[in-house]
Order: sequence, then C-alpha cells, then structure tokens
Amino acid sequence: MNIDIQAEAIIPRRQTFSHIARRFGVDKPASRYEEATFDVQPTANFHYRPTYAPEFELYDPRRTKIAMADWYVFRDPRQFYYATYNINRAAMQQSFDDAVNFVEKRDLIGSVAREWRDRVAGYLLPLRHVEWGANMNCQLIADWGYGTQITSAAAFCGADRLGLGQVISRIGLVLGDGSDEELVAAKQRWMEAAEWQPLRRLVEDMLVVRDWFEVYVAQLVVLDGLLYPLVTDAFDRAGAAHNGAPIAMLTGFLTDWYADNSRWVDAVVKAAAAESEGNRAVLNGWLDTWGARAADALAPIAGQVLGDMGPAAIAEARAQLSDRLQKLGLSFAKELAA
Amino acid sequence: MSRPVSITLQSSQDGIAIADAIMADNPEATRNAFPAMIKIDAPGRLTIKGDTVSELLGREWDPQEIHMSVVSLSGSVDEDDGSFTLFWR
Repeated sequence: MNIDIQAEAIIPRRQTFSHIARRFGVDKPASRYEEATFDVQPTANFHYRPTYAPEFELYDPRRTKIAMADWYVFRDPRQFYYATYNINRAAMQQSFDDAVNFVEKRDLIGSVAREWRDRVAGYLLPLRHVEWGANMNCQLIADWGYGTQITSAAAFCGADRLGLGQVISRIGLVLGDGSDEELVAAKQRWMEAAEWQPLRRLVEDMLVVRDWFEVYVAQLVVLDGLLYPLVTDAFDRAGAAHNGAPIAMLTGFLTDWYADNSRWVDAVVKAAAAESEGNRAVLNGWLDTWGARAADALAPIAGQVLGDMGPAAIAEARAQLSDRLQKLGLSFAKELAA
Repeated sequence: MSRPVSITLQSSQDGIAIADAIMADNPEATRNAFPAMIKIDAPGRLTIKGDTVSELLGREWDPQEIHMSVVSLSGSVDEDDGSFTLFWR
C-alpha cells in the first residue's frame, strides 16, 4: 500500500484582531504588544457615572488637562506586556540578588567606613517610603488614565515601585546585619527628622493631585528625574572616598531601573508635548511648579549627605533634567529664579 | 547573477521582528510566508543588524539569539557582536 503524504498549507482567514487590523489598515500579523495595548480602552456604553465624580464618565479623557486626538501615541519603547515585563523584571531581580549575595558572602559591607555606612542608611532607607508614594501615584495613573497604552505601562511601573521599595528594604537589612533596626530608625527619620519633612510633604501632596497626567509629570518626570541622579550618581560618588563601592554594588540596581524607566517616560512626555502648543504649555507649567518644589524638598537631604556640595549637586541634577526635557520639546529652567 | 542566500525563520514574535529587520536593511530581499515559517531569499548577501532587531523588539537583542528562531539557512555565515551575515564566497 502506498501512503501519499502531502503538505497542505492552511491560510488563516485573519491575522489579528479586527480592532488592530482597523488601526493599522492591513491584516498582517501584529506583535503581542500591539494586540495587548492598542484600542483596548472601553470608550462607550458606560451606563452609570461614578458616584464619587458624577461629572465624569467611568473612563473619561477629560480627567486631565492634557488633550490628545489619539490616546494611542504613547508607545512604550520597551514594548512591555505581561510576558515581556515579567521576563525583563525577573532578570533584573536576579541581578540584584546576585549582587546582594556577593556582598554578603564576602562581608564587603564590613569594609565600608562606618561613618559612610551610617550616612547611606540615613539617606537611602527613608526613600522606600518615597517609592511607596510613587506606587500609589502610578496606580492612580493606571486607574484614571485614558488609553491602555499608558495605563498598562503605569500599572507595571507601579509594581516596579513596590519592588524598588523591597530592594531598598533589603539593603537596609544588609546594613543592619540582618536586623530591622536600621529600617525602623529610617521610618522614624522619615516621620520626624526635620530634613526629611519637605520631601515627605511633597510626596503626600502628590497623593491628592487629581489630574493624572500632572501626577505623571510630578512623580515620574520631575521627582524621579531629580532624585535618582542625585542618589545614584552624586551620593554614590561621594562614597568613593569612604570605600563605598560595596554599597554602590547594591544601589547600582536603582541606576539600571531608572535608565530603563526613563525610556518610557521620555517617549510619553515627548508624544504629549508634540501633540499641541496647549499641551506643551500645560506640561511646562507643571514642570515649573513641581520642579521648584522638588528642588526645595531635596535640598536639605543633599546638604546633609554632601555638606557644602549639596546645592551644586542639586543644580547639576536640574541641569541634566533640563537638557533631557529640552530634547523632548519642553523647557525646564536650569536654575530656580531667585 | 549571484547565487541566492536564504534564511528561514519561525513565525514567532522574535522571528517576525527579525524578518522585518531583514526586509528593512536588505532592499533586494524577498519574503515568503509559509505555515509557521518565513523564508527570506536575497541575491548574494543578506545582513541582519542587531540594532534594527533591538529597535523592533524594544529590548537588547544579541545576534547570537538568532539560533533560537532559525529553521534553516543557506550560505556562509559571518557573525560578530552586532550583526549576522549570510553570503557566498
């Protein structure tokens, strides 16, 4: 008996979902990122308005002053959807775990000058409360934002911030030789020490801002844009004189995360600014307001860590952020008006 | 006429991005879709640039990773840190 084996090609009737095909005009295979983010936002037939804000629909683009003709121009250059996000972050977590294990196994923290070790505990550990605030802010953007492209990325960013809080806590446990006393002391400083109160006030004030895009600018552009370079760059450099390298190994993670997150933040802000003159004016206004507040809030902390060099470090962070924002079509004063 | 080189890739997320990168970087290449596969032919030479694929995938893509998406290829291979080239000597 002869068996005749033939290959038969079955052409799929459709390559992707209709809403993706409608947007891109051709029925070609779409990437998972595109399928997970484009035009997923519910836009009609909401029935009831939220009782807590009856002036808005359940999902409403008017919750922010930023106006967009199309809310799907905030493409995340990292193309994060559930799988890519988790794969990427699992690798990041692994690299942090490796760094901590390396430092712990060789007891490298013991080689850092005691004075610097205390100073790091002083400035780094209270920042886990800032990260918690950032988590709340990102979740607010995910909740009230419009367009899945920005809300899903914001939800991922919110999860990142909890992770960063845990990373900082883990460093606190290493600095406290396994006990939580450093973390408890850091919480107390965050609540009571005079130099932390301006930052704490800033974080708490951000929690009650209701324009979600303003929260985005205040937290992700301005506060992160000044705080991260200060902590991961200026403060780390100051530690070099005290054999701070083992601590830089632990905080190196923050640098990597910030670089990664900035790719997304830059893409979002650039797209919003490019949309219209009106958007640009609103964004510049927010940058001014929050830029002044953030610089004021960080000044006492920079002064405590760097002494006389504190103001210079803040000025450098402002200049860096200003250059970065200029490339995105926005203006951010390098120096505060006296 | 130069002998054609070709590469066949899985029609996966990575494979589609690699194919798109090849088509962008090699104007003479032709692309044929098969069930679960994409075959690309090019006269003489075909280069895959890591940067282009990274851009399309939104992450750092190492040309070494191509081996996870390749079904078949014909031509001599020249690999370095940034690119993967097929050609006939």
